[in-house]
Amino acid sequence: MRPIISVLSALVLVVLAVVPFAAPWLQFVLTLAMANGMVALGVAILLRAGLISIGHAMFFAIGAYCIAFLSRLGINEFLVLLVLGTMGSAIAGLIVGAFVVRYRAIFFAMLNLAISMVVYSLIAKMYSVTGGTDGMALSTPTFLWIPLEKPGFDHVLYYFSVALMIVMGYLVHRYWKSPLGYALSAIEGNELRLEYLGVSARSVLLAAYVVSAALSGCGGVIAGSAIGHVLPDFGYWVTSAQFVLIAVLGGIGGAAGPFIGSFFLELLHSASVNLTDAWNLITGVALIVVIVFLPSGLYGLIRKRRRSAS
Amino acid sequence: MLGLIIPLLVDSLTSAALIFFVAVGLTLVFSVLRVLNVAHGSFYSIGAYVAASLCLWVISAGLSPWLTFVALLASAVILAALLGPLVQSTLIQWTLGKSEAVQILATFGLFLILEDLQRIVFGVSSIAEDTPMTLLGVTSIGSVTYLNYQILLIVAAIVVVFGLRMMLVKTRIGKLLSAVVFDREMALSVGINTKRLFTFAFTLGVFLAALGGALAVPTSGAAPGLGAETIVLAFAVAAIGGLGQIEGAALAAVIVGLARVVAIYFAPQLEAVAPYIVMLVVLLIRPYGLFGNDQARRI
Amino acid sequence: MSHPLLEAKDLRIAFYGVTAVDGITFQINEGEFVAIIGPNGSGKTTFLNLCSGYLKPDSGEVCLDGTSITAMAPRSIAHRGIARAFQIPQLFLDQTVLDNLLIAMAAKQGIWSWFENLGAGRRREEAMDLLALVGLQDQAGQFADALPEGKRKLLDIVLALALKPRLILLDEPTSGVSSIERFALMETLMRALRQAKVTALFVEHDMEVVQRYSDRVAVWDAGRVLVQGPPSEVFNNAEVLHKVVGV
Repeated sequence: MRPIISVLSALVLVVLAVVPFAAPWLQFVLTLAMANGMVALGVAILLRAGLISIGHAMFFAIGAYCIAFLSRLGINEFLVLLVLGTMGSAIAGLIVGAFVVRYRAIFFAMLNLAISMVVYSLIAKMYSVTGGTDGMALSTPTFLWIPLEKPGFDHVLYYFSVALMIVMGYLVHRYWKSPLGYALSAIEGNELRLEYLGVSARSVLLAAYVVSAALSGCGGVIAGSAIGHVLPDFGYWVTSAQFVLIAVLGGIGGAAGPFIGSFFLELLHSASVNLTDAWNLITGVALIVVIVFLPSGLYGLIRKRRRSAS
Repeated sequence: MLGLIIPLLVDSLTSAALIFFVAVGLTLVFSVLRVLNVAHGSFYSIGAYVAASLCLWVISAGLSPWLTFVALLASAVILAALLGPLVQSTLIQWTLGKSEAVQILATFGLFLILEDLQRIVFGVSSIAEDTPMTLLGVTSIGSVTYLNYQILLIVAAIVVVFGLRMMLVKTRIGKLLSAVVFDREMALSVGINTKRLFTFAFTLGVFLAALGGALAVPTSGAAPGLGAETIVLAFAVAAIGGLGQIEGAALAAVIVGLARVVAIYFAPQLEAVAPYIVMLVVLLIRPYGLFGNDQARRI
Repeated sequence: MSHPLLEAKDLRIAFYGVTAVDGITFQINEGEFVAIIGPNGSGKTTFLNLCSGYLKPDSGEVCLDGTSITAMAPRSIAHRGIARAFQIPQLFLDQTVLDNLLIAMAAKQGIWSWFENLGAGRRREEAMDLLALVGLQDQAGQFADALPEGKRKLLDIVLALALKPRLILLDEPTSGVSSIERFALMETLMRALRQAKVTALFVEHDMEVVQRYSDRVAVWDAGRVLVQGPPSEVFNNAEVLHKVVGV
């Protein structure tokens, strides 16, 4: 990682460690920011191949609703919920991915959007199963099978998310530097040449898609656990837009970027929630501003200028 | 059974007509500019709100209720004139030639902006305004009753299909558009003023979307969230027909309209997802739509 | 009696009503350097496309080592040992020259590794050796889109070589390369190919290169093989001289 990003990341981690003591009112916001960052990291993985998914909120929602259903079934241990919720999203990612990886560019983007809208409307309409627009409540999970009150659980969730964020960031970073990661970006570079080298672009993409769905599901589990309630809005296109913005904003920062972008945006959101509710307008303008004025900074979107692997 | 078929058909074609207006605009803009405008659905929903507001104003100003028809058309024209050239010459023109990712993000950003602008200007409540529909009344054939307004919609859609094809084949600007669609590089090198053509095509697209929204007002009003629903539906229809294919969009609209109405009659919970099931099935068999083709790379 | 390495049997393909390849039956034996010459539009590149899986023939068969590869996708054919270099170089323009080659080598050695670095192990050294073979070692750190046309050609060929193929298909390998460097390139290339026991089929327009470096020449005309044989024979053939060389 570039030095400035490393320094920034280290700073952020130090701040994160002390927040529950120094600024406890920020803990909830930051937990959500980390959850969002995980989804944005998933979006960023696909961005690497030049593909934009504007429907990734569906996997965020699937992860959240998975644990809501499991909780209703009596499964109450957070770690179990996390694993199962992530797996649920990964499986959904496999199913959706098998279809969408045949497409590129706008078709890919729109198919993701369309499928996410279908998922959203199914969740919102099936009142008897999903609680419809009321959503589903989650009882506070146990951690390592130790029962906790909500405030205590929230502390644990916060620190666990920090740890998870670091691990995820590191693993994705290795992924991007590996042959598979380079094959992923080669899909945007010259898919024809890649095929002639004997590599199946679809398989490489599908693997990336499943990983990105799993990350998004993980984010959904954490967000759902933090809020204590899951809603269809988790899967709405507006939510997908936020993830895209975060991924694009954090573009220059490699695997740490989406998290940094997410913190920035979440704090901005909290600060301005009393001033305006035109959040879509701001997101839209921000997106356009970023792609117009930061062309060489945007990772892999306009011109790729990455350092050599060697 | 016959008593079921005619209403089914009329309802399907009506639904198809409304979808067609917005899908054909999307596909037309794509074929000429090679940009899929994610914000296209917003033109439909803003068109609906403008039309509904204008109709309400006509009624409240005590003017003849028949002027609401004019209001519907006028709102589409006004919106197209205001937004078309503006959006095209600023945002869209800038994205041409840039990577596809940039185009997607730019139009997606525009979509977000328009959604909030709509909410700020028109609020979060729905508007119902069905004067044009009630004015035209109903027709009964035997035991079957349908709204004359539905027939108007179907006729309008047919007029648009033929009108567009006539324009592309017979008029000068249409032929220029066809040239750009067929071989863009050649058209550029021959000196065709693509910027003006693009503005024309884009504005026409906005007009068609806004018209669709306006014409839908008497039957379904204007409501928030319409923009997002519409763009994914328009995309599904355009994709089924083949991106860039006008007649394809017409056929796809009929198929989707039929699917939706059949769902409403027999399995109402599936109405919202029916178009996407159709899209999935079609794309699995023909990945680029019924009449679409892959822009294949040549080595 | 062993199979020829590559065999085309009665290949036929037409585009928009124009026959591009008209019933070609052609063989390449292991270890041969075969050149294909002929006027533009005679179907030479189309033939390469048919052999590498880019196109499916309307009728006929392509066999590698006796097994039919006609219906296979390009990547399966690549796995079976046919590598392709293109007329317009197909590179990863947004990567460095070295990374281009590393990706190709990783593709050969196993792309499904996600934890180790792209240039791990001996791969980086081997890549530099390969670049040195064609004189690209000094450009290793440059981005591929900054390379001039001739060097892009070289990189394209090297990417194909990274697959350690049994047969390499070269589409006008010396076009875009200056005439001074042309022979040096072909010398190095041919020596490397012979050493690695790679069979080569190349489309060429430079007759001197063809004369010097091919074991057999096939003259293409309007989708058919007009004449084939050793260069000395073919270049003394009056019809060839008239149709192709333009004498």
